[in-house]
Amino acid sequence: MNCIELRNLQPIQLQEIPCLKVNDFRDELIKKIKSGNRLIQLFCDKNSENIVIYAITADDNVAKLSINSTELMPNDIYQSITPEIPSAHLFEREIYEQYGIKPEGHPWLKPLKKGIAGIDNTETPYEFFFMAGDEIHEVGVGPVHAGIIEPGYFRFSCHGEKVYHLEIKLGFQHRGVEELFIKNNSPIYLEKLSESIAGDTVIGHSGTFVSAIESLAGISVSYRVKLIRAIALELERIAVHLGDLSALSADIAYLTGNAVFSALRTKVINTTMAICGNRFGRGLNKIGGVDYYITLEQTDGLLMMLSKLDDETALASEVLFSSASVLERFEKTGIVESEVAKEIGMVGQAARASGISIDIRSDHPSGVYEYFPHYKLTLNSGDVFARAYIRFVEIQQSIKIIKEQLKNLSGGVLKHELTELMKESLVVSLTEGWRGEIAHTIITGKDGKIKRIKIKDPSFNNWFGLSIAMRNEAISDFPICNKSFNLSYCGFDL
Amino acid sequence: MLDLFKLIMQHGFQAIHDIRSARPVNKHRGFPVINEAKYTGNWQDIIEYCPTKAITKNPVAVDMGRCIFCGECEKRSIGAIKFINEVKLAAVNREELIITSDIEFTKYSKEAVKAKKEIYKLFGHSLKLRQVSAGGCNGCEMELAACSNVNFDMGRFGIEFTASPRHADGIVFTGPVSKNMAPALLDAYLSVSDPKIIIAVGTCAISGGLFVESEQLNRGILAGIKIDLFVPGCPPHPLVFINAVLDLLGIK
Repeated sequence: MNCIELRNLQPIQLQEIPCLKVNDFRDELIKKIKSGNRLIQLFCDKNSENIVIYAITADDNVAKLSINSTELMPNDIYQSITPEIPSAHLFEREIYEQYGIKPEGHPWLKPLKKGIAGIDNTETPYEFFFMAGDEIHEVGVGPVHAGIIEPGYFRFSCHGEKVYHLEIKLGFQHRGVEELFIKNNSPIYLEKLSESIAGDTVIGHSGTFVSAIESLAGISVSYRVKLIRAIALELERIAVHLGDLSALSADIAYLTGNAVFSALRTKVINTTMAICGNRFGRGLNKIGGVDYYITLEQTDGLLMMLSKLDDETALASEVLFSSASVLERFEKTGIVESEVAKEIGMVGQAARASGISIDIRSDHPSGVYEYFPHYKLTLNSGDVFARAYIRFVEIQQSIKIIKEQLKNLSGGVLKHELTELMKESLVVSLTEGWRGEIAHTIITGKDGKIKRIKIKDPSFNNWFGLSIAMRNEAISDFPICNKSFNLSYCGFDL
Repeated sequence: MLDLFKLIMQHGFQAIHDIRSARPVNKHRGFPVINEAKYTGNWQDIIEYCPTKAITKNPVAVDMGRCIFCGECEKRSIGAIKFINEVKLAAVNREELIITSDIEFTKYSKEAVKAKKEIYKLFGHSLKLRQVSAGGCNGCEMELAACSNVNFDMGRFGIEFTASPRHADGIVFTGPVSKNMAPALLDAYLSVSDPKIIIAVGTCAISGGLFVESEQLNRGILAGIKIDLFVPGCPPHPLVFINAVLDLLGIK
């Protein structure tokens, strides 16, 4: 057997995972991806003497994941997968950087989180792609940007206004999150740390993490908990999408949109705060359940707020998307073609704007979405307009989901006690956060504690999409292209 | 065109009239009020349970500079530590953030941040700040950005964020100061001309927060920087930040 099949949140014993020879592992992975599967994660786990590489792929049509592995020694070399499967390029760079296993023939084997000039002089500094010629010039931006956003470095290779290539160097935010998950194993610390993986996806990341731990501990949470988690996740999606529409409006100097959408966003995050005491949902998700519930009174308030929000968003979006000056900037700007998006492995709402129909809520459902089929929304143009407009339709969809779920709110156990985790096991937890597919893979050791956690924020898949979107665009369109993706720096750097 | 008018009517006036007396939604976890005698169990359990080790014993004290305001101790101690919905949490001295049962909120809110005449003279009518995220998770960053939105409208006091440290009177930094961001933070600090104000926003910036044990931090660079204002929170609510800056500047 070349791989073992499992589902989202289904724990398996490590010994069940087939271990192939490295060449077979490589061929199997290439075969899988070429036959339409999607690469979820490719990562290493270090044992005392060897290093195991795990590959997790997804067949979205049948809601199945498959996993296999190969064993290598430190400083081993293997034939790179990237030339055949471009979506593996960042994963292989990460493996090389963290464990020294070299993918031979990787076309772009540069540091991911290291290699920043002036940090560690013993490291080879990062070499940027270099373009030369008459009137060719380069623009470097960062790591500190003009707005109140996270740091990262962008280098544009331009001819006049036209950008030929945008190279994105991240790693400034690297805080050693994955190591911290191993270092301190008190459940309360882990819960809080999962909320800080990316502060704009608090519910998404913490929900993914606690679900993984619950499945390893054999806890099945009540329907009530699933409902509350889903409502919080959709509120987070609505809030961020509204914020993005506001920021996109600001970037094209459409101040009405900027003001209106940001005021609407405030209403939504204040609702989250009324539920759990924090505007971003911190403190809601706990291992074994949730700590807050939605009272009957709050249900009525929420329903009223949502109905009003629905109307107000509809009117604001109608005005935004029918304004000629807005469409002039949004349409046909920063196009990512569907085939390209698929090849580089884009996920989430950015991928759906390029016509790729993927959404964890319907492809690999967990929680409430198992009971309520989710309808996937896609747009085809792949430009800034599509990435903006899909936000508007997803807001409407999320409002519908919450309204529907609020009707089903009933009693049920809020929190279960944490029991021991399965030993030497692995679980893959997938959630459709507002940005896209969040994947946490947890491996436990002989002592039943977390031995390795691999976190993948959707930004990891999508940053290269931004580079592609900028090709042949004017440099002045960078802000709206960037905002239309709104990717996380710390989610990438970890 | 008609829709645009309708939209503007619908939007109405969104700004909070009185920033000084406004409070967030009721559940907001603000200032910790400690009533040590109220909890009869073993305090050691609560001290060990705290994810950022912000609580100490003899007497029981909560360090707001380490606290992430998760409220777990409030649930465990059955209200012996209670986070009340207040926004004046900031302090000028790091030690003042350590709250014991003797410290009452009314007293703290008056004394923790005292305005100085020279600061008012220099920055009271216009304060331009440059924000630097040094490993921040985007939580504090989003709340700082929200300070300038239509609801909180910090610009009405002449306080704004600028695009460059060269245009700024001070630095607002967030995050636990990652190794890779430390030189850039220092560069930004040095690019602001004297006299300047330095504000640490969020628990990560003040103490390292959840990330304090990480090997990827370089908090050593903060040793040479005098921080003028500590704004605790995870993340601090926009009202917490705005009120703190107004207090520092002496704007009523």
